Amino acid sequence: MATHPLWWAGAAIGLALLSSLVSLFSARQPGVLRWLVSPLFALAGLSAVAAGLLALIDKDVATATLPLGLPWLPWQVRLDALAGFFLAVVGTISFAVGLYAPGYLRGFEGGDDSLPALGGFAGLFLTGMLLVVLADDAFLFMVAWELMSLTSYFLVVWHHDHAANRRAAFLYLLMAHVGALSILLDFGVLAALGHGFSFSAMRDAELSFGWATATFLLAFFGFGMKAGLVPLHAWLPEAHPVAPSHISALMSGVMLKVAVYGFIRVVFGLIGQFHWQWGVVVLVIGSISALMGVLYALMQHDLKRLLAYHSVENIGIIFIGLGLAILFLSTGHAVIGTVAFIAALYHTINHALFKGLLFLGAGAILHAAKERDLEKMGGLLRRMPWTGLFFLIGCISISALPPFNGFVSEWLTFQAALQAWQLDSGVLRSIVPIAAAMLALTGALAAACFVKVYGVAFLGQARSRPVRRARPVPLSMRLGQGVLAALCLLLGILPTFFISLLNAVPEGLLGHGLQQATSHGWLWLTPVSAQTASYGAPLVAIILLLVLVAGLWLFGRGIRRVRRCDTWDCGFSQPSSRMQYTASAFAQPIRRVFGLLFHIEEGLEGSQPDQQRYRLKVSDRAWGLFYLPVARLVERATRQVVRLQSGNIRIYLGWTLGTLLLLIWITV
Amino acid sequence: MSLEQLPLLQQLMLVLAAVVMFTSFVLLEQARLVAAIHAFAWQGVLVAMVTALVAAGSGLEHLFFSAALTLALKALLIPWMLHRLVRRLELDRHREPLRRPALVIMAALALVIFSYWVVTPLVAEELLFTRNIVAVSLAVVLTGLLMMVIRTQAVAQVLGFMSMENGLFLAAVSDTDGMPLAVELGVAFDVLVAMILFGVFFFQIRESIDSLDVDRMNRLTERVDES
Amino acid sequence: MNAIDWEITLLQALLYAAAAPLLAGWIHKLKARLQNRRGASIWQPYRDLYKLFSKETRMAHTASIVFRAAPYIVFAATWLAAAAIPLLSTRLASAAMADVIAIAGLLALARFFLALAGMDVGTAFGGMGASREMFVSALAEPAMLVAVFTLTMTAHSTNLASVIDFNLQASSLLRPSYMFALAGLILVAVAETGRIPVDNPTTHLELTMIHEAMILEYSGRHLALMEWAAQLKLLLYGVLLCNVFFPWGIAVDTAPGALAGSLLAIVLKLLLLGVALAVSETVLAKMRLFRAPAFLNLALLLALLGLLSHVILEVGL
Repeated sequence: MATHPLWWAGAAIGLALLSSLVSLFSARQPGVLRWLVSPLFALAGLSAVAAGLLALIDKDVATATLPLGLPWLPWQVRLDALAGFFLAVVGTISFAVGLYAPGYLRGFEGGDDSLPALGGFAGLFLTGMLLVVLADDAFLFMVAWELMSLTSYFLVVWHHDHAANRRAAFLYLLMAHVGALSILLDFGVLAALGHGFSFSAMRDAELSFGWATATFLLAFFGFGMKAGLVPLHAWLPEAHPVAPSHISALMSGVMLKVAVYGFIRVVFGLIGQFHWQWGVVVLVIGSISALMGVLYALMQHDLKRLLAYHSVENIGIIFIGLGLAILFLSTGHAVIGTVAFIAALYHTINHALFKGLLFLGAGAILHAAKERDLEKMGGLLRRMPWTGLFFLIGCISISALPPFNGFVSEWLTFQAALQAWQLDSGVLRSIVPIAAAMLALTGALAAACFVKVYGVAFLGQARSRPVRRARPVPLSMRLGQGVLAALCLLLGILPTFFISLLNAVPEGLLGHGLQQATSHGWLWLTPVSAQTASYGAPLVAIILLLVLVAGLWLFGRGIRRVRRCDTWDCGFSQPSSRMQYTASAFAQPIRRVFGLLFHIEEGLEGSQPDQQRYRLKVSDRAWGLFYLPVARLVERATRQVVRLQSGNIRIYLGWTLGTLLLLIWITV
Repeated sequence: MSLEQLPLLQQLMLVLAAVVMFTSFVLLEQARLVAAIHAFAWQGVLVAMVTALVAAGSGLEHLFFSAALTLALKALLIPWMLHRLVRRLELDRHREPLRRPALVIMAALALVIFSYWVVTPLVAEELLFTRNIVAVSLAVVLTGLLMMVIRTQAVAQVLGFMSMENGLFLAAVSDTDGMPLAVELGVAFDVLVAMILFGVFFFQIRESIDSLDVDRMNRLTERVDES
Repeated sequence: MNAIDWEITLLQALLYAAAAPLLAGWIHKLKARLQNRRGASIWQPYRDLYKLFSKETRMAHTASIVFRAAPYIVFAATWLAAAAIPLLSTRLASAAMADVIAIAGLLALARFFLALAGMDVGTAFGGMGASREMFVSALAEPAMLVAVFTLTMTAHSTNLASVIDFNLQASSLLRPSYMFALAGLILVAVAETGRIPVDNPTTHLELTMIHEAMILEYSGRHLALMEWAAQLKLLLYGVLLCNVFFPWGIAVDTAPGALAGSLLAIVLKLLLLGVALAVSETVLAKMRLFRAPAFLNLALLLALLGLLSHVILEVGL
């Protein structure tokens, strides 16, 4: 029984709840949070990973009915390969965060904000996410979804003394609930047509094209809003920076993936049919999200806001993969559809890993230098060498560069897109490469953005005093980042191993896996066939390492004895740290070329030449085009409804009389 | 049937059709009037070459004459007249860059994809490759019309109109092995007369509103203008 | 894939590293001739590299380990990317290891570290070079990818050896899609290797530099590795353009005679390419930075037209 995956899943949930409970004691004893709550959290993550891996290896579907819920609708859980994969994703990041938290939370002890709340809600947040992934009926799913949304709201608003934080958290709560409403309607349609609220009943539902499209659109809207697709992304860059950094890592790395899980479960699992129009919609919105996300990220100089916008970009890339999968599966090309599906899944775990790593790194910078603004950082590599190394690995991974993991998932996505020549429709054959070109542009812009981030934050000279005096971070924080960095490298070097693990997911959902991807041995990744394309990931990594080692050996004698000197200053006086490129300066060419997509206000303030300040404000056009009109519409509609509240008691009694008459008439 | 199995002449025709599509994009994007006139001239040369290839392939003698006529008219005479006109209107240094070049190019590409989608159902088995050239011709026509919409300079609009005519001619030549000679000559002289009239009208327009910016002709409405 | 394929790969990789300075020297010589000078000998880049390797290496006070490691990483990534492009024979083990997308990825890795090295020293010039380089490469990337798409949609493979095999058999001279893809790739290659009209490789004015600004602080063996990597990149793009679009002469097996013939063929093609590049660099002037988007948009347009020509004109016949 100890090797049964559901046992481990249950243990994970139990440990998460326990960590939440124990943190109640941390009001009096702050050390409890560090020594008891965080290790429990990490253990919960580890159990979830174990459950997920066992589910992926076993390929058996485990179901159970919990004695909770309504009498005629008990809660059902189901652990199949898809749920197992997402459990592993949730668990890995939670484990790293659990390792990271003790060091990070030490900075919050003795502060104003409530520590029990932080630990308690974090545990409940993890419980919610685990239950969403395990749920096998709509009731448990919605309850767990609400638990996840509400606890994350409390975590986002934890620093509640700033009004801006409260506003951001409110926006987050509002949009989470609009999305949840859409998901609820979706389940409602499926339950009505399937005559039951359990997922197995919904799977058997007969859906006409119209109803299937309606459910698809509702699911896309609801889960897309939670995942952060453009134009429903406005809450992401507000809420993620405001939360404590380890919670941001959980939200960005894990919660967005749970939304992706929901989408996959409903569209691939429950609806069960595919139409090419859906694929095109998902592909187009994914491409737009990816491009807009990275462009917005380039314009930011608040580190955490920048990382939040990059989450929008990466979710867009995941949905590009899913859109390609739907497109190919609907036109009968099962193999390529599976390649695209696996690419999307691989990018899911990749993004969880490197985004988690980057947010933990941002938290480390915040802990060490109390700074979030890129324009004040610089030269941190000397002060925090380990954090710098791990952050560099995160930057290289997110820029999709070999030999790390980001490259593998982008390579797989491109390989799937390049099979577009097999499609019959000429129009589709033109659209898919254009979407792939947008993906290429996105990748290149992401690399530019992370050169900016790493170059401005860690390299060069420090631009402010607190940053110049930054201390290295505690061991636990370095450990948490190190685990994620090592996994990034591992997933980049051994893709065949991980894809053979992942194969269980499409086998369960779509009926067939991707055997040929690993059929040429562990060295070669051949998604379609060996003649079409292959990638020898371990070989690339080994050869790069060999050349590096050879270079060091050849020139090793000179290593210790390199003398230092001044930089080339073109004849001017001593270069200061203010002469370096700032983050806004680095992004200026790109800002100028893509300027039409933003609302840019820049100008010089001040009259005296030596006291002038440069002001730059880049805002999201989606606010003016989409959110404000919707908000105004809602306000106007509510103003009409307010007329019903006249305040006059006789009118209220009149309404009551009218309703009574109507009900009597109907029943008779 | 794949590309290599086509006879050489038809492969050449495909290449030339693709380059004609490229010249219509160049016409759309060119900021300088003189360069746009040169692009139009090259388009005329390419269409004449396609006509000559069809003539060589099908053996219809009158098509050679048609090719020569196109070359003389579209590649030499009309560009020369436009050049002379531009010099007399003192517009040869005039530059009119596109305001949103990315959007315009995306619109033009969308028109190309649309033309392909529209033409695809028209199936004639032996003439499948000419169906593809018809798609390109339709794209050239639509791009010419887009150029007339985008450009504000009157001479540029004439170029758009002429390039539309080029596209129609390309479709006629490749698909139906040319038109009867009488129709050919009639169309050619119509185009020549249109050119002469354009020249006369441009001077009139410039005299009355002092510029050749087509948007300024908004003044000629019935509305009472407060300016 | 047997041992012979790996031997060919090793031979080819060594040949790439050895021949890269020669191509740079040939282009220098031609440009000098066009400017009515005698110019340095074509072997001069070798002497320059030797001189740099034996000189002392110094680093700025503000430079960190990233600055030190970058030359090695840049050289390793560029060399590996070059080794995956068939130079002499299409029986190449490294082509199966890194297809054309992986080659683009490796070049992107090199560029990433080059830009980081520029930012590391904390000067304005380094930041400027890094910013401009990432800007130009971001705009060039979609054009390159769409041109590659056109190739792969025709040859049904991203493995460069398979693409060249297909092109050899199909004798696709008169493909409109290839013509447009070639034109687009030429423009992208000019932008990526930092030649006129995008960047002037021989400039001494810091405010006009893109690539040179990032390696401004390097000296000694570090500078030698960076220069060599730049020369390798030029050779890489040259071989890519010549062998993929004009593949005649390349060996399809590993017989010594075929390899010798293939060597002769590629030398000839690169000589002609050098002439074309030298002439274009002499005739054109460097554009200001914000005209580069127009240049790269033209490359993207050509690549897209190639793709559309393929979909419209070449398929469904």
